[in-house]
Amino acid sequence: MAHEISFIFNGNAMKMNIEDHWTLLHLIREELGYTGTKEGCGSGECGACTVIVDDKAVNSCLYLAAEIDGKQLTTIEGLAAADGTLHPIQKSFVEKGGIQCGFCSPGMILSAKALLDKTPNASEIDIKEAIAGNLCRCTGYVQIIDSIKAVSGYGEDEPHVVAFKTDEGERGE
Amino acid sequence: MQNLCSVGKRVPKLDAVDKATGRVKYIQDLKVAGMLYGKILYSKYAHAKIVKINTTRARELPGVLAVLTGDDIPDIRMGVYKDNRPLKKEKVCSFRDEVAAVAATSPEIAEAALKRIEVTYEALPAIFDPEAAMKEGAPLIHEAHKTNVLKMPWKLHYGDVEAAKKEAAHTVEDRFTTTWVTHCCMGTSGAIADFDPANNLTIHTNTQIPSLAQKDFLEALKTMGISDRRVRVVKPCIGGGFGSKLDTYAYEYIAILLAFHTRRPVKIEFDRTEEFIATSTRQPTITHISQGCDQNGKLLFRDIAMILDNGAYTSWGATTPSVMMMPITTLYRVPNVRYEAKCVYTNNTYAQAMRGYGNPQATYAIESTMDMLAEAAGIDPVEFRRINANQPGDVSTQGLRITTCGLTECMHAVKEKLEWDRPRQAGEGIGMASLIHVGGGARVYKSDGCGTIIKMDDFGKIDLFTGATDMGQGSDTVIAQIVAEELGLEVDDIHVIHTDTDVCPWDVGSHASRTTFIAGNAALGAARKLKARILEMGAKLLESPLEKLNLQGRHIVHQDDAEKKMAIGKVLRKAHFSHGGQMLMAEHFYDPANENMGKDFRGNMSMTYTFGTHGVRVKVDEETGKVEILQYVAAHDVGKAINPLLLEGQVYGGVMMGVGYALTEQVISEKGQNMNPNFRDYKILTAKDVVPIKAPVLETYDEDGPFGAKGIGEPGCVPTAPAIANAIYDAVGVRIKELPITPERVLAAIREKKGLDLCGQAVDKGDADECIIEE
Ligand code: FES
Ligand code: FES
Repeated sequence: MAHEISFIFNGNAMKMNIEDHWTLLHLIREELGYTGTKEGCGSGECGACTVIVDDKAVNSCLYLAAEIDGKQLTTIEGLAAADGTLHPIQKSFVEKGGIQCGFCSPGMILSAKALLDKTPNASEIDIKEAIAGNLCRCTGYVQIIDSIKAVSGYGEDEPHVVAFKTDEGERGE
Repeated sequence: MQNLCSVGKRVPKLDAVDKATGRVKYIQDLKVAGMLYGKILYSKYAHAKIVKINTTRARELPGVLAVLTGDDIPDIRMGVYKDNRPLKKEKVCSFRDEVAAVAATSPEIAEAALKRIEVTYEALPAIFDPEAAMKEGAPLIHEAHKTNVLKMPWKLHYGDVEAAKKEAAHTVEDRFTTTWVTHCCMGTSGAIADFDPANNLTIHTNTQIPSLAQKDFLEALKTMGISDRRVRVVKPCIGGGFGSKLDTYAYEYIAILLAFHTRRPVKIEFDRTEEFIATSTRQPTITHISQGCDQNGKLLFRDIAMILDNGAYTSWGATTPSVMMMPITTLYRVPNVRYEAKCVYTNNTYAQAMRGYGNPQATYAIESTMDMLAEAAGIDPVEFRRINANQPGDVSTQGLRITTCGLTECMHAVKEKLEWDRPRQAGEGIGMASLIHVGGGARVYKSDGCGTIIKMDDFGKIDLFTGATDMGQGSDTVIAQIVAEELGLEVDDIHVIHTDTDVCPWDVGSHASRTTFIAGNAALGAARKLKARILEMGAKLLESPLEKLNLQGRHIVHQDDAEKKMAIGKVLRKAHFSHGGQMLMAEHFYDPANENMGKDFRGNMSMTYTFGTHGVRVKVDEETGKVEILQYVAAHDVGKAINPLLLEGQVYGGVMMGVGYALTEQVISEKGQNMNPNFRDYKILTAKDVVPIKAPVLETYDEDGPFGAKGIGEPGCVPTAPAIANAIYDAVGVRIKELPITPERVLAAIREKKGLDLCGQAVDKGDADECIIEE
């Protein structure tokens, strides 16, 4: 059954005819054609499909499109400013190595945004908790956590990496 | 050391902004006009005859354009032994065997059509245990092969192991096993195949081997009766590789066949279940190992016999013993070595390359027994390793030439950063394990080469075409840094294109941690050629001797005369836009001087070797068997960190994958069937499992590496499991010889050690059978 819903999509009011069985992920990727939201499992286990509905990060693969009626939907495409300026979280992911293959990144960034919008001074524990449902196979999460920490008011820890270099040509014991 | 502007800097990945904004396109995001959707029907048996396949009802479904079975396709062969076909004929040998395929106008219709295909099977006796499969009379997986043991020559003996055994003051011997784990790329597999009217093929596919894949697909076309046509391989953005994309797969050929039959583009995209079930794993191993040393702790011999579960068909997994030979012969100085590996066909899923290419399995056995031997010899495990550490200038029994080697320094760093000598609480333990890996390419094929083409535009910007594959690790960025450094440009000036065989030069593939070294050297070679030409032109334009000129800050500059200076862009405009002009372009093919293994497997397979040591502090709960990682230090000798930010990313990612391998990950296979094809039950680590990690980097400046660099893609996950196993032993005195090291296994070992039964009761013959084990 099709019916009409209205919602705010990345800041713009929208009206749309949708089928009852559509997931929000389907609506975003197939109907609206925005492919930044990823499908990694389709069953709520990986977080690649994370979007923000009102203020909450949700797995769009489990969320029925019909339920978006009257709500605000933010996808990764809605994060940067109109002139292309990255959102501070995006910028931090770029600069701190939070992105490798990038497949988890849109979901990861949106989970982080939902967290920091609510808890600007999120601690490392808060951060880990907030992205626990977002799987990443590339980064080992370390630089993702760094990326989020750097924009939370909580402050940065010492770097994980300490270089110890032998002088050129000298090997030393 | 010269002053570096780009190399050595924490440059963000070139594609990170596009990835952070959701702009990049993975295979999941690609559509081609008129595209159909392909789906694959898999076997319902581990081993069975295909008696009949009825596709009539599937064909009748509106929207279905093609249904193919093994009988409808030509004899396209895949695998190292050419023992596999895209769609099986006559019999299936594992649950992941492709039996039929459908192309339809929507994925839903294709799925529905699969359900309408009726396959009649006649079950055959199946075999899942490689040791049983080796026995006389075991059911044969491939009858024509006459035995389940692959006829591969993995056998070496250097020195005299038997004599050394007699001489040894201390000897240890044990058996270690590892199981299936899988890559779990977050972006699932997929391909779009598309023929033009003249039968030239364009295939968009996730691959780490564009040039070799092109060759595989061309061969398939030939078998299909299409000769002398072109194959263009286009790579979308890749959602993770880790070795999984080092071969061509049935689904790619099926997409090609469906496209050919329907004359329409066909896309096949795996869902997560399929990704778990129908992609290849790291190969399980059974390792019998013994090592011995003299009174002073000097290693005298290492003797290893290994059995690998190859699964039903051959892929690169079957060749991993070749890489295992490297740690087996050369991790530490060991004068007498014997190794024999048997890869065995079973009705299980077939194995492939996965980060480390056999090295994690071999190192698990080697480094676990190194600790055991140290204990037997009464020597501190770190000191024991130090005594035997490789040194620069060594040539191992296998003929591996150690150029730079920071192994001793890495051990030292681990000791220091982990505070090795700090007193430990009850249940706390520390452990260490080291690694050697190819760091300067790996000559596994006849070529270990990679090509680069660079061209410069009128404004001094570069388009660089490389054969390398960036699947997230950041090779594009590293290549750009190298070229920017050489040409005095900014990293932003370099646009790297690696996605299309129509424009990109040849490369053997992104494997063996070779890309920074090989593709980096190829790019550097091309940049040098271009630089020479720019300087030559500059010498004329600035009327200065060539030797005085250099490229810096996007300009040609004169060493002693600050006035003599010209923007590189200006030089280019003059080159292009003048009478009798010239084009500024350069190409370079770099194929290193490393060696193929000879008949006896001797040969310096890599130009240089990466070394590293991992150390870990764990806490083991004796009541539950749970292992907690308190501290992790992963020290690597990387030659030179071209980009410390990305380097750390490789190490952290590798270590976390290694921790998963050690503690949580396993494909649960029951009679050949994958019982946990989802992220709920297949446990890759989450952000909550992140371990406190330090990754010290040692720079030994390898003279063959670009700006001194060696490869670092794989090492992070190589010694993780033995380091953890050694720490667990240190903590609670039990040695776990089976991966993954689950709480159940630790607990069982603790109880066994304490003389308790599995329920934690003192073993008393009278009521032993009252113990009920609850799942
Ligand atoms: S795709 Fe939604 S959680 Fe994985
Ligand atoms: S960056 Fe590849 S999955 Fe996270």
